[in-house]
Amino acid sequence: MAACYFDVDGTLVRTNLVHPTAYYMLNQPSPLQAARKWARALLGSPRMALAELQDRRLFNELLFSVYQGMSEDRLVTLAPEVVDEVLKPALYDGAKELVGKCRDAGHDVVLVSGALDLHMRPFAEWLGATDVIANKLELKDRYATGKLVRPVVAGPEKAVLLREHARARGYDLNECFAYSDSYSDVPMLSVVGHPAAVNPDPKLDRLARVYSWPILRLDGKSRS
Amino acid sequence: MSHPLVVTLDHKSKPRVLFSGDRLVEVDLPPGTRVIYPRPPLEPLRDVDAAIRYAINHPHNSDPLFAKLKPGMKVFIAVDDLSLPLPPMRRPDIRQRVLTVVLELLGQYGVDDYQICIATAFHRRMTADEVRWIVGDKIFDAHWPKRLYNMDAEKPGALKYVGKTELDEIVELVTEAVESDLIIYVNLNLVPMDGGHKSVAVGLSGYGSLKAHHNPYVMRKCHSYLDPNASELNSSIERQGRVANKLLNVFTIETTVNNNMYDKPLQFLTKNEDELSGLEASGLKALKLTLDKLPQPARQAIFQKVPSPFGVTGVNAGETEAVHVHTIKKLHDQYLVPITGQADILVLGVPYISPYSVNAFTNPLLVQVMAQGYLFNLYRGAPMVKKGGTLIFFHPVTDKFDNDQHAPYIEFVHRILPETRDALELHKKYEAKFAANPAYIEMFRTGTAYHPAHPFFMWYFGEAGRQWVGRTIVVGADNEYLPKLMGWETATNFPEALRMAADTGPKNPEITVLHCPPIVMADVTVPEHQRHLLPADRRYGKGIVAAGEGNR
Repeated sequence: MAACYFDVDGTLVRTNLVHPTAYYMLNQPSPLQAARKWARALLGSPRMALAELQDRRLFNELLFSVYQGMSEDRLVTLAPEVVDEVLKPALYDGAKELVGKCRDAGHDVVLVSGALDLHMRPFAEWLGATDVIANKLELKDRYATGKLVRPVVAGPEKAVLLREHARARGYDLNECFAYSDSYSDVPMLSVVGHPAAVNPDPKLDRLARVYSWPILRLDGKSRS
Repeated sequence: MSHPLVVTLDHKSKPRVLFSGDRLVEVDLPPGTRVIYPRPPLEPLRDVDAAIRYAINHPHNSDPLFAKLKPGMKVFIAVDDLSLPLPPMRRPDIRQRVLTVVLELLGQYGVDDYQICIATAFHRRMTADEVRWIVGDKIFDAHWPKRLYNMDAEKPGALKYVGKTELDEIVELVTEAVESDLIIYVNLNLVPMDGGHKSVAVGLSGYGSLKAHHNPYVMRKCHSYLDPNASELNSSIERQGRVANKLLNVFTIETTVNNNMYDKPLQFLTKNEDELSGLEASGLKALKLTLDKLPQPARQAIFQKVPSPFGVTGVNAGETEAVHVHTIKKLHDQYLVPITGQADILVLGVPYISPYSVNAFTNPLLVQVMAQGYLFNLYRGAPMVKKGGTLIFFHPVTDKFDNDQHAPYIEFVHRILPETRDALELHKKYEAKFAANPAYIEMFRTGTAYHPAHPFFMWYFGEAGRQWVGRTIVVGADNEYLPKLMGWETATNFPEALRMAADTGPKNPEITVLHCPPIVMADVTVPEHQRHLLPADRRYGKGIVAAGEGNR
């Protein structure tokens, strides 16, 4: 048995973690609450920019702090809308077919994303994926604390989670595939037998060429 | 008396200059060695456009193209990709000239529902610039990318089942072609393996059709696949093509070019080294020295970036098989050089090009298909070398691949080939799974990569040569492990290779050198007293006749 592990942001969709977060913030119970959330996000943006340069995990934690105080009901209600309004329109041409090819080859398809499992699960279902490894918001009394449940899905941690996931389900890692767009996902790509770079950033592109990993373009940049 | 293009060397003969990838090597060959040189280029047609108009108005075994047209009909135009000719020809490419005339005619007859498809099958997608090169600026700007596009054999619903041959070979072709009222195939024929039914039945097909013949069983029965009469590959494709032509309305336009590969300043590469003028000999030395000093990318650029001045020698149109007879005749006129008897050792200089490395590096797997596939198969009748003989070729066999075009090749060579070289095992155990790799399929569909089944096909295309020769020795390889992986021995120089060959062959072997490129095909006849050396199934083949039994 084998699985195809897909990073999501930048790999299958052209959005990143900020887009769904912005959607949640814009859809607060009242315009005042929405404004408050925006102000808080803006104030935190320089720190987030700095964190993004240093450590993807730290960036994720800062970004998700803006969810603090949102009710579980609201998050669950908004999740399908995030999928319809944010993720589906941002899907790269060919992404769904690529997932379909993996399923045709008899592989399970697992989305590995730093985004929230709330909207990753319905998105995975729509895409034809079979499982999800994603971040979870910590809830206290059915309200988000603004923290993420450990371990945070980001960077090298993705590789650990992927390995554990494969072991639990009896997949042979040598037979598994992994797809990502980002150099920060090199650990995740390195633990499977069939890594592939999708719409790679310049650093990953260089590395993929050195290691002769397949380089796919779903973003149309090399399409003629 | 041998043909003037078959030169027998003596003590005074100068060294021969052969290709070793994108370098030249001087090879001192023993006296008595026979060197087969290419024929001079056939005289090109003076007025190509007039020839195209004449061909489509006076087709073979078919109504003229204009008589097949009516307003409102759906026309599907398929065009050969840039894998031919080698290297690409100077603009205007003959396909542009044919398309210009065809589109003009469609306009005159009120046919505006047409599309132009680059018939790539499992070849890589052509880039926009490459398609522009083939069809010209005017047609490109007016049609790309909606009405002029690359075929996508892996797109869901891309192919439609047409039928089966009497041997249960599946025929499935591009859906739009099957659903059209008329298919016009615009072909460029470089070698006798191209064209004919191969155009539609292979060029517009997918895995279902290709599996029928792109497999080791069929390839082992090809003697040679550059001789349609002795090629099981050709027989299978013909059966498929007949099924397609029975059900579909196909109008074939085939074109041939001469072998004028090099401009005047480089034409010394095609000549007998003993007959070069002082200026030509200096030019050859200077070129060799320059290539030795230049870095590899510059050498590749010298040979690949300069298009060739090929001249168009023929345009024929009409019913596929009737057309192809004329095409094959023209190719034979250009390439065949008669030679009597087989050699103990065949020597080849494997050049820098292959149909599958246009604008890319010729990787080790392609070197394999060039040496044991295409160049070995450049014969009609019997192979140039005796069964169990030795093949010696020159090439560095560098471990380098184009990451974009040949991504699946890398894994094939470095992961699959170390498991086994046995083509049957590769076919049975590895091909299906490898060919379904979603990453490679996506690269094939959206990038410029060859289909993941293609490296397997390339291995199978070397199969007949591998099965025929006893030993293969590569001279000048820059590494040991890749030749070993391919099943070859290595020698640092030619005398060493000859010594190695003498261990298992005669002390004074008969040696034949194929001085190529440009393309030359040996028309080999086997004298009566040597026929017993051929395997039983090859003694009475169509092409194998005793010396002096008449012209074919």
